[in-house]
Amino acid sequence: MIMEVDGLSQGYGNNLVIDDISFTAKSGELLTVLGPNGCGKSTLIKTLCNVLSPKKGTIYVDKRDLSNIDPKEMARLIGYVPQTMTHFGHSTVYDLVLIGRRPYVDWSYSTNDLRVAADAMITMNVNAYISRNIRELSGGQRQRAFIARALAQEPNFYIFDEPTSSFDLRNQLDTMRIMRNIIHEKEACLIVALHDLNLAMRYSDRVMVLNDREIYDIGEPEDVITSKMIKDVYGVTADIMEDMHGLFVRTYDINTDLVEDRA
Amino acid sequence: MTNVQEPVDRFDAERDRIMSTMQTTIEHDRIEGQYDTSQRSKVLFISAMGALTIIAFICSLAIGSVDIPILDALSVLGHHLFPSWISLPDTAWYDTIIMMERFPRTLLCLMTGVSLAAAGTVMQGLLRNPLVSPFTLGVSTAASFGAAISIVFGSSILGGAFYSTFSFLGFDMTVKNIFLVLMSFAFGMFSILLVLRIAKRDSSRATLVLSGVVISYLFQAGISFSKYISNDESLREITNWLMGGMWNATWSAIVIMTPIVIPCIIYLEKMALDINSLSAGDEIARNVGIDVGKLRNKGLIASTLIASTCVAFTGVIGFIGLMAPHMCRMIIGNDTRYILPASALLGSSILMFSDIVARVIIRPDQIPVGIILYFIGGIFFIWMVTRSKWSGKL
Repeated sequence: MIMEVDGLSQGYGNNLVIDDISFTAKSGELLTVLGPNGCGKSTLIKTLCNVLSPKKGTIYVDKRDLSNIDPKEMARLIGYVPQTMTHFGHSTVYDLVLIGRRPYVDWSYSTNDLRVAADAMITMNVNAYISRNIRELSGGQRQRAFIARALAQEPNFYIFDEPTSSFDLRNQLDTMRIMRNIIHEKEACLIVALHDLNLAMRYSDRVMVLNDREIYDIGEPEDVITSKMIKDVYGVTADIMEDMHGLFVRTYDINTDLVEDRA
Repeated sequence: MTNVQEPVDRFDAERDRIMSTMQTTIEHDRIEGQYDTSQRSKVLFISAMGALTIIAFICSLAIGSVDIPILDALSVLGHHLFPSWISLPDTAWYDTIIMMERFPRTLLCLMTGVSLAAAGTVMQGLLRNPLVSPFTLGVSTAASFGAAISIVFGSSILGGAFYSTFSFLGFDMTVKNIFLVLMSFAFGMFSILLVLRIAKRDSSRATLVLSGVVISYLFQAGISFSKYISNDESLREITNWLMGGMWNATWSAIVIMTPIVIPCIIYLEKMALDINSLSAGDEIARNVGIDVGKLRNKGLIASTLIASTCVAFTGVIGFIGLMAPHMCRMIIGNDTRYILPASALLGSSILMFSDIVARVIIRPDQIPVGIILYFIGGIFFIWMVTRSKWSGKL
């Protein structure tokens, strides 16, 4: 399946956050969206999963206009993990993950629904505390539970907004690896907003950099994540280094590091 | 990635694969078993609540200014259901007391409890706020303002037609009752729209509850005004009715309420899964295909309708919509599919038992049941907001 974004503009009031951008994402690929704070990553993500409707431009999934697709069908196409995680009252992890099955059920869950939900919880390693109240979980556990909810939805496109923000190192790597395996196995697509350049470098198939309302660059990670891009977009001096495992980003703080002396 | 250890040989790899598949299967069974167990305990809890409701119902028929033996009370009901099978008890006036007085009154309690608790459950879910209910959002007070002005001004607006009666399905219906319900609903809706406007700007827990309190004050002022300018007869009627009592328990009230309450409850129960989806936030609800704005409007209109219909006949009965859902949530969790029936049954039991107390506490006189619920509910509310879990979040 292919998602095509065509001439998309989005903003709040008269203030445009994204201005006329176009790109595509297809099944089997992990597309990372990078960019500084306030560049419109979250706005783009919300527009892609139809939480916000586009101001201008169209999003097509397999040539069909997203805004004409029935909400129930769209729910089976796109699974979303928001940046802020709300929860209410005495909801448990199980309750949360079962919300992901909503597009498939009318009133009661079938054995298949329960099996898919259990799979999702085992995959995200939250199966040990399925009946715990969400409020009692740590930030990382909670984020894993929200990702499990999106997995239970079995969509063709996963759209995550900074899913690794409350993860420790281990969880960041695990989650990105799990998601990469899932999209390759199930021929799904993951569009994910990230801040960590090294995670993006390591796991993405393609990287898109948003800056100043437009796409700065899009392409293979090693072509996009360059010293020049980091300088232009983030205003930070950095080198792309290589060791036996591949490329990584080394950043410098111009106030303390002797930037001129760098290798 | 060179840090993955290669298995020693093919058999090791195969054994590992089988082991992990087996573990996954066992884990699957455990998780699904846990789901089944929790479903069963939820159904069990609802059955227990059902049993409690039946006990409360029977007690409410039997206990009052005169006590009637339970068997006699039941045989009166039985006789009216199956006249040829069950005969009336020997004491003839039991029939009059039960059919004219206690049965409609108990039905009114039952329906009021069900409506207020269900409305509270749905409002809490829709607004994701455990402290909201028809009472704390100001809907009850607004609806009672509507009813108060229709008591005071009804005869001048509708003229002689206000007190006229007509026959419907063999029951005597008064125009006054219908007018009361319409006015209550109109003002109840007005207050919920006000709350929604405020919630759009700032939907934090404290803001919603505070605006409910302020809305209550506004309509309280209106009620005081209509009391001040009303004549003696209306004044007595309003004062008694505002305290929340079951004096208006007539068959005419029951006939108006039933076709409103039962379809609304079924309608709300059908929304249960959508309301569940809201618990993780509006964005996730939208992502699973729910039109959040529409759902919130439909749910709030239906729950305001049942809550204000009850208020029109019983006056302000506070806290049921807060207590019943909260107790049920603590016991069986957050699944609206189960919470709604459970808290509806619990709410009606609480109201029926409270009404029994109201009838016997100063026998042979009775006090308005609203007073008892203000007392219990007030203490409950304080307990709820001072519990450590909530205190940081309010």
